[in-house]
Amino acid sequence: MFRNIFHLKSFVPIVGVFIVLLILPPIIPRFYTYIIALMFVTGLLAMSLNMVVGHGGMFQFHHCAFYGVGAYTFALILTKTTLPMWVGFVAGPIAAGFVGLLIGWFCVRLSRLYFGMLQISLGSLIWAIAFRWYSLTGGDDGIHGIPMPSILSSLNCSYYFILIVLAICLVGIYLIFKSPFGTTLQAIRDNPQRCEAVGVNVRRHQLVAIVIASFFAGVAGVLFVVLEKSVFPDLLFWVLSLEILIMCLLGGWFTFLGPMLGAAITVALRTFVGIYTEYWTLILGVILILLIFFLPEGVLGYFIDKFKERGINAMQEEK
Amino acid sequence: MLRVEAVKKSFDGFLAVNEADLLVKKGEIIAVIGPNGAGKTTLFNLITGQLKPDTGRIIFKDEDIAGVPPYEICRKGIGRSFQIVNIFNRLTVFENVQVAMLSHQKKTFKLFSPTKGQVIQETKDILDNVGLSDKASKISSSLSHGDQKVLEMAVALGNRPELLILDEPTAGMSPEETSVTIEMIKRLTTDLGLTILFCEHDMELVFSIAHKIMVMQQGRSIIQAKPDQVRDNREVQEAYLGGSA
Repeated sequence: MFRNIFHLKSFVPIVGVFIVLLILPPIIPRFYTYIIALMFVTGLLAMSLNMVVGHGGMFQFHHCAFYGVGAYTFALILTKTTLPMWVGFVAGPIAAGFVGLLIGWFCVRLSRLYFGMLQISLGSLIWAIAFRWYSLTGGDDGIHGIPMPSILSSLNCSYYFILIVLAICLVGIYLIFKSPFGTTLQAIRDNPQRCEAVGVNVRRHQLVAIVIASFFAGVAGVLFVVLEKSVFPDLLFWVLSLEILIMCLLGGWFTFLGPMLGAAITVALRTFVGIYTEYWTLILGVILILLIFFLPEGVLGYFIDKFKERGINAMQEEK
Repeated sequence: MLRVEAVKKSFDGFLAVNEADLLVKKGEIIAVIGPNGAGKTTLFNLITGQLKPDTGRIIFKDEDIAGVPPYEICRKGIGRSFQIVNIFNRLTVFENVQVAMLSHQKKTFKLFSPTKGQVIQETKDILDNVGLSDKASKISSSLSHGDQKVLEMAVALGNRPELLILDEPTAGMSPEETSVTIEMIKRLTTDLGLTILFCEHDMELVFSIAHKIMVMQQGRSIIQAKPDQVRDNREVQEAYLGGSA
């Protein structure tokens, strides 16, 4: 199954990066370990969004609603029940996928922009529940100091846990991306009308894609709790949805790992620019404008294009 | 095989198709002709489910398919190409046909087995058949217009249709490309046993390959008959051929 899609050429650098990430925590300061782990979590969230936006062509405007549902489900199971942690870990993504099914069921019936608007409104409902229901969710305070088993209590341990789950998820997302379902989804992005004419039930494929993407967003939500040991309504707020949409755009939505890169850049900027100025969103805005004008395919998309051009030139020179 | 009976469709009070009738028998090549705005494309859209008729019946293999969604009509065995190139821009030529083939074999929900190993031979056969195999790995939006029109047809063939509907298959093609395409259509009908329903402005093409011709004017079907009968029909001459043919 794997031999067909993972080339040895790309396999070596990937394993290399993975090993470097494995040996990093003991040698770098704690703060950087934390930032990298945050990049992983945000990156997974952006990757899950890109499944529907970049590969599926849907206007998924409120993706972090599913992220928040995953995080809150996990947090509530850990704090309000006596169930073991793994139940919460499984329940978080499943709850997110289920909410994805509910919201998606309505959204896929609408065309592009209306799809996005409906999703913002339905997602905001969930935010309102988390924001107002003090007795359950802690309202605008959220839930803090969520108890973790000793295995995940230290930062380095949660870093490794997040890294491994991320790796598994990325392999899963990649397999789906390269599967007949992934190809069909890209065909729907390019031309839904034609897809219907070749016998594809477009709505059903879109719905399944939303559920899968919500599931992975739920995984990211759970990982966030593992890292931060807290949840708060901002996780569900539409501003965050916009931010991850920008990450996908920044990295390049038609590439596979682009959103990961976009998330890493955004998290790094927010952290390091945030030290010097409170107006870091202003800088994000400027970057977005420059991006639209100069790198419409995103950072990774730009480099892939350059790389291809060089390859073609080299081939022509050889001839 | 296909019978269209008294089908009507209006858009905001404008009657695009008004009482159109059409009969397609297995193995035939039927052409639909008529001036611009006669309702040819609308009629095709009604047959393949992109539009729902207001009244009338569309019978395909003894089943009324009026108002059935396009993907189900396609699964029943009607494939179509579009007048304006309508392909998957960011996918390669190979993937364009492959998607249709995957859909035909009901494999589009496979999540964990790579696309690379699916329906390879079937897709190759179709590309060989239409002469696009040397461009298989190109991104489809980079093809020339003529090649895109051919790809358009190849995608429709990916569903292994029994009835193939072609909406102006040679529109915008150069004369050489047109003659190659005509040969191809002829060959496909005999090789694959296809029934073809098409519309076209190129009268030479229509009269050279159609077994029967249906003439439409202002949404109405005037006549459906053999080419010489259509040529000699006075009503057609007045309405469409300008009395000069």
